[in-house]
Amino acid sequence: MRNFFAMYTKELRSYFVSPVAYVIAGVFLFLSGYLFRNILMQFNFWCLQYSQRSQFMSGAGMPQLNLNEMVVTQFFAVMDFIWLMVVPMLTMRLFAEEKKSGTIELLMTSPISTVQILMGKFLACFTLYTLIVALTLVYPLILEVYGDPDWGPIWTAYLGYLLLGGTFVGVGILASSVTENQIVAVLLAFGGLLLLWLIDWSASFAGPTAAKILHSVSIIEHLQDFQRGVIDTKDVVFYLSFIFFTLFVTSRVIESRRWRR
Amino acid sequence: MIEVRNLSKSYGDVTAVEDVSFRAERGEILGFLGPNGAGKTTTMRVLTCYLPPSSGTASVDGFDVIEESMEVRRRIGYLPELPPLYLDMTVSSYLNFVAKIKGVPSSQLKSRLDETMEKTGVAHQRNNVIGHLSKGYRQRVGLAQALVHNPSVLILDEPTVGLDPRQIIEIRETIKGLRGEHTIILCTHILPEVSMTCDKIVIINEGRIVGEGTPESLMSQLKEGEVLRAQIIGPSDEIRELLKGIDGVLDVVGEDETAAASDGGEQAYIVTVAPGHDIRDLVAKSVVDSGHGLRELRGLEMTLEDIFLQLTTQGAEG
Repeated sequence: MRNFFAMYTKELRSYFVSPVAYVIAGVFLFLSGYLFRNILMQFNFWCLQYSQRSQFMSGAGMPQLNLNEMVVTQFFAVMDFIWLMVVPMLTMRLFAEEKKSGTIELLMTSPISTVQILMGKFLACFTLYTLIVALTLVYPLILEVYGDPDWGPIWTAYLGYLLLGGTFVGVGILASSVTENQIVAVLLAFGGLLLLWLIDWSASFAGPTAAKILHSVSIIEHLQDFQRGVIDTKDVVFYLSFIFFTLFVTSRVIESRRWRR
Repeated sequence: MIEVRNLSKSYGDVTAVEDVSFRAERGEILGFLGPNGAGKTTTMRVLTCYLPPSSGTASVDGFDVIEESMEVRRRIGYLPELPPLYLDMTVSSYLNFVAKIKGVPSSQLKSRLDETMEKTGVAHQRNNVIGHLSKGYRQRVGLAQALVHNPSVLILDEPTVGLDPRQIIEIRETIKGLRGEHTIILCTHILPEVSMTCDKIVIINEGRIVGEGTPESLMSQLKEGEVLRAQIIGPSDEIRELLKGIDGVLDVVGEDETAAASDGGEQAYIVTVAPGHDIRDLVAKSVVDSGHGLRELRGLEMTLEDIFLQLTTQGAEG
């Protein structure tokens, strides 16, 4: 446990002593703020149109204006994609840098297990992710001030975010463990995540069984229930097992040196 | 204590180390000597549990590097050729991290850190970021990292590489100061380093051990006979005949033979003499008697360089 904490604090600290954490948080918040504003302006525009038209129509046949569906869900859907690009940049250095600088030799010759190293790194990166995600709570809070959003689906969406983030970090760490080049790590992670993201597209052209499989391995598919306010065990299990799988493979990759007799 | 038995390690088809065996007792400094690419680093990586051996065994304080890897790792301090430093950390936070993962108890943490930084001379740099330190100080921090948990075995891979002469002397003094407390393996390709600091030498070439023993025993073991160097003025053919005629002379070779020598210029000759013959007086007498000018005559001591070259070239031929 002590080894794990030593590793965890060291990793977390190295995000904050370098500009990495600040630049990524800054860029992310800027982009998400910009998108949030635009989505909000769009909603405003609809509201205006709605009030103008309702003078002539009796309300029947008009679409319902829903703050959650039209702003919150929209906004989250866009943020997903930004995270897909940002997380590989958080994870790229985790093992690649250790390999390049030779510090992996220090870790592997110290009485610390691979699981402790891996969990320290995973949770440090996940903590940074959670911190930045927590900062985005400011957007629903703004809605709360001017409107009346339903907080249930917002909280479940955030739960979905944490699970999705864990998956992103898992894939990123795996990519970082197979190379000592950070650019390669970032591209592998990004490519892998994008593929897992778009995989249900090809489901439309596949046979019924294949379609079902492709549909259920898509990492974005499982997020939709969360954003609707539904916590389905199926989705939770999917993300947790996905995280476990990536971490397991990573630990095998790191230890593989020890098998190559 | 370190024991390595019949250790072999290959990477695919390439054999890096073959059938290496040696022992280092407690408190000893063992010099592991070999040219670059001889298999030194590979052997050390097996000893530190970084790589598994292809065959054979290695143990540290009686613990096997495969079966009881964690016990071995607790007992070993390792300074790889490239010091494993996190350049964005300060010296003290780095050493603090290393001490924790090496299992130093919290109660001793502070005193161990202070003692190690004092010993390696980095105490006044403790709050500086490692990335801003000079190469010499980085090497010291690397050494501190290997010492911080007070390991019984210390493995240093080329600890003086890339340092300036003063830093080299300082690091060597630091290493010598550690004698007695730790078993130390010092890997190097620099001969004086070994002859100055080590109690025992193992010479490795192309993955095999080609020589082993104390610096003195290695020299006497290889000393097949006396060698003289004589600088003489005169026609080289004539002088060679003259020297070969002396009782006890095995061989005469001209050193850097020049055109001037055959015309009667000055020339140095290396004379190999059978053991047990001191023929310096005889050589002097016969050269002077024959009317040639004797400029210089001295016995050549065999240095570690010669031993090293002799052993490694033998190894290459065999």
